Amino acid sequence: MDWHQLWIILATPDNVPITLLLFVMPFYTWYGLKQSFANDRLIGQLEANPEMAKTHHRKTQPYRPEWVREVHVWPYLLRIEFLAALIVTIILFVWSITLNAPLEEPANSTLTMNPSKAPWYFLGLQEMLVYFDPWMAGVVLPSLIIVGLMVIPYIDENPLGNGYYTYKQRRFAIWTFIFGFIILWISMIIIGTMIRGPGWMWFWPGQTWDHNRLIFEVNRDLHEIFGIRNRWIAFALGGGATTAYLVGAAIGIHKLITLTPFARKIYQRMSLLQYTVMQVFLITMLALPVKMLLRLLFRVKYVWVTPWFNI
Amino acid sequence: MADTNGQSGNQSGNGAAGKSALTALVAGSKEVKTRALQEMETYKNPEKTDLWKSVLRVKHDETPRSRALGVLSNVFLHLHPAKINRDAVSYSYTWGMGGISFYIYIVLVFTGALLMFYYHPSKVIAFRDILYLEHDVPFGKLLRNMHRWAAHLMVITVELHMFRVFLTGSYKKPREFNWAVGVILLVLTLLLSFTGYLLPDDQLGFWAVTVGTNMARATPMLGHDGPFGSQFGMTPFNDVRFALLGGSIVDSNALLRAYIWHCVAIPIIASTFMVVHFWRIRKDGGISGPAPMMMESEIKPLRKV
Repeated sequence: MDWHQLWIILATPDNVPITLLLFVMPFYTWYGLKQSFANDRLIGQLEANPEMAKTHHRKTQPYRPEWVREVHVWPYLLRIEFLAALIVTIILFVWSITLNAPLEEPANSTLTMNPSKAPWYFLGLQEMLVYFDPWMAGVVLPSLIIVGLMVIPYIDENPLGNGYYTYKQRRFAIWTFIFGFIILWISMIIIGTMIRGPGWMWFWPGQTWDHNRLIFEVNRDLHEIFGIRNRWIAFALGGGATTAYLVGAAIGIHKLITLTPFARKIYQRMSLLQYTVMQVFLITMLALPVKMLLRLLFRVKYVWVTPWFNI
Repeated sequence: MADTNGQSGNQSGNGAAGKSALTALVAGSKEVKTRALQEMETYKNPEKTDLWKSVLRVKHDETPRSRALGVLSNVFLHLHPAKINRDAVSYSYTWGMGGISFYIYIVLVFTGALLMFYYHPSKVIAFRDILYLEHDVPFGKLLRNMHRWAAHLMVITVELHMFRVFLTGSYKKPREFNWAVGVILLVLTLLLSFTGYLLPDDQLGFWAVTVGTNMARATPMLGHDGPFGSQFGMTPFNDVRFALLGGSIVDSNALLRAYIWHCVAIPIIASTFMVVHFWRIRKDGGISGPAPMMMESEIKPLRKV
């Protein structure tokens, strides 16, 4: 266990935000879900008791009929904003006084940094480069992430959970987002920062970054596992495997979308276009962990090799 | 006071001809003094003065109307409504991340503008400017540190803001479009941070930007290494990466381009989107909640188009 190496990684000034993320993300996930479960309990009570549902104010926040419903922005909101600005300013001053922004040697195109890493918020994309070719990991997938985020409101046909935390009423949406945001995006950033060392090789936390390390693992394409030499058969196999994934993923996702009676009710509300768009983005998103497993467990580089592109 | 003033005024007026100039002067100055005292009485209520009224336009007394006007008639505060739901101020619901992101953006604009005084976007001198900033400029190190850490913090707060908006379902009707604007703002935040990375012109920024822009060469159809790139006639000297860098390698043109994107273009674009984002929050009915919860049995049947 090389504690010094671990300390170097954690204490690199530019890595402090990731150390911060390690605490902040679990905290806010817990904070949000805690309120979701509290609200779910209240929804359960209201559903069990229709009389209560008629008169209840339907929030977990305290309520009394004689209280005014609205408060003045000045001072009740502005004082909070002022306090928040003050706290953020103090945090920034303390952070800026105690920790210096990194400055390496002058740019030198003849001396490659190893590992040469993107800024931390793009390390998820850089980590994707291990599993997909640059056109996919660097261009297509990021564009799909952006567009995929933007279409969320237009494909989510569930009218419940608008303006309050809930888990019970939005299981599929919340699992999908937590999977995409926490598991894929945040954890890939953490892998890229904490785990990846020289040569973008996998170093467990506390393992010394050995610049002379060589890994004798040969990455193979899928058809090579089966010893196929013929180009056309390989092409057909890759295409077949890709198609099998697309169909399999589509069926699996469809099963998830229609898992519960409530989910089926929402599914009935979706238009064909909404359903198709949702399937396309979810199948693409799922391709990442599938490819990660193929690569990390079976050392598969490409599933489908064509003269124009490789997947 | 008023009586004395009147008397002294009369006395000086009547006896001015017969008395010496000195007495007249003393009497005159007494009159000025009493007038001054009288005027100063009115300054005990500064809100009654014309100067005060001209700046603040409305009264600021302890009435609900004044409290509302204090927000509505102030250019910096008027994005707020005058009143909000009593539960909407709870931190547990909002996490305050949207407002904090905007505040950090202001901090970044401020520190960034100060940094621009000391920085030349030129390959010859950019790195030396950073050294100068760190070692000679008063508080230069603090300035640069704060700009850097605020940028990192903003990425975190923007992502947390998105997370909260998702968990509360706030992107649902009628706020769908504002979510899309927010996604664009997230991308712009990342781009702002990324374009700033190259500016110190050190190894860290240089290689990060090299890695980053190398992906652009693999753009399908628009990059010379990407699928169908060569079929579309792409070479290292006319593809999308060339457009980003102003050349085929990360060099002085890339530095200048990063500088202009970072300091001029993206801030203007981001500010514009922010204006729309904040405007739409108000137009879509203010903050989404905490809203009264809806039950499954209350779902209305979908209107068929």
